[in-house]
Parts: sequence; C-alpha cells; structure tokens
Amino acid sequence: MTIGLTHYLVLSAVLFCIGLYGALTKRNAVIILMCIEIMLNAVNISLVAFSSYIVPTLLTGQVFAIFVMVVAAAEVAVGLAIVLAIFRGLADIDVNNINLMKW
Amino acid sequence: MGLAAAFWIMAVVAVVSALAVVFLRNVFRAALSLILCFITVAGLYITLSADFLAAVQILVYVGAISVLIILAIMMTREVQRGSPANKLGIPAAIVAVILLGIMVYTVTSTPWKVAAEAPLSPTTVPLATKLFSENGFVLPVEIGAVLLLAAILGAIVITREKDK
Repeated sequence: MTIGLTHYLVLSAVLFCIGLYGALTKRNAVIILMCIEIMLNAVNISLVAFSSYIVPTLLTGQVFAIFVMVVAAAEVAVGLAIVLAIFRGLADIDVNNINLMKW
Repeated sequence: MGLAAAFWIMAVVAVVSALAVVFLRNVFRAALSLILCFITVAGLYITLSADFLAAVQILVYVGAISVLIILAIMMTREVQRGSPANKLGIPAAIVAVILLGIMVYTVTSTPWKVAAEAPLSPTTVPLATKLFSENGFVLPVEIGAVLLLAAILGAIVITREKDK
C-alpha cells in the first residue's frame, strides 16, 4: 500500500484533534501553549502534503507553512511572556484560578 | 517501500508523543515528548520532499521554541503540580472525536486531483525565488519581519520587572 495524500491528511487530523483535546482540558497554561503548538504543526503537515501532492512544482503550501511558523514563533514568545507575567503577579498559572477579568 | 516504512514510523511516533504531551502528569516529560513530536514532524517533511522546511522545523521548533517552553517550565516550577485536567474532559473528548470523524470522512471521500509529476527535490532555491521575487511573497515576508519585531518587543515589555 503506497503512501498517498490521504494518509498525511488523516495523520494531520489526528494530531490536530489530540492538540484540541489537550488545549480544551488542561489547566496548566504552559501545557495549553504546547497543545496549541501541536495543532499548528498538524496544520503545517497538511499544508506541506497538499503542496507536495496537488501542486508539486509551485511550493505555495510550503511558503504558507513558513508563514505559519513565523506566526507560531511570535505567538509562543508573547504567550510565554504573558504566562510569566501572570506567574509573577498571581504566583499561579492554573487557568481555572486566573479569573480576574471574569464577571 | 522505504518511504512507506518511514511514514508509518514517523506517524506512530508523532501520534504517541502527542498523546504523551496531553496525558503525562509530569510537565517536564510532556515538554520532552513535545520535542520528540516536533522531530517526527520534521521527518514527515523529509518524506514529503520538503527539505528546507525540515531544517527550519528543527531549527525553529526543536531549537528555539522548545528552549522557550522548558525555560517557562523552569521559571514556574514551584507551582507545577503536574498537569491536571479540568471538568471539561468528557465534552472536550466528544468534540474532538466528532471533529476527527468529520475531517477523516471529508478527507477520504473527496476525490483529490493528485498531480502526476514528482515534487521539486531541492526546494531551497525555488522557495527563495518564490519568497523574494517581484511577483512573489515579498510583502508578507516584510510584514512577518515587522510581526516578529513587535512580538520580541512585546515579550520584553511584558516580562520586564516594573519596580526599579
């Protein structure tokens, strides 16, 4: 059985749903950021698979994957900075206890 | 045949390490399995003949983002009581499984127009011409540079100690 586009897309969907489950259920803010990284990686896999199988000579999907990586790097830098700032203020990174803006 | 074996090994390791990130109690071990997941994703890029992206994945994710995450884990260490789950476990599992079913059904039932020709094998030069040519992606590259600069400045401003 040869490996086709469907295999990569199903793998990407599985990784995305694992990351989604973790991001929805975890209470540690750092773990939530890690699950978001898994989801972004899953999206990147499907982008590169589309680029490699549908338009093999255009590379557009790989360019999009590079931009997703840029945004992911910016997101994780700012996100971890926010987590550290919250930790300094509240001495806690449990997202169930961070409810200052909840009404 | 070798490609298929590589794909299956990478896929199984990626899924298992992603599950380990979600289900391990120890936060540091979760971060280490996240790094393993990133490495297998780089291997998947190699099987897709995206060599430049595999190198960038190793550099950016395995090199930089993992260090940032482990640094954050170290700095918040005394409050780490594992990675407990909240009360949303069963609804979140239902949502994730339903989404997975929808996506797998859509992917397997769509007739993809797979191109016949082989993908470009060294992708670095074509990617560079694609990114930096006149009718390419020059403007998004510049905007990405500004975004990264803004993110760096924002991270510095947020984490800086206020009391002098």
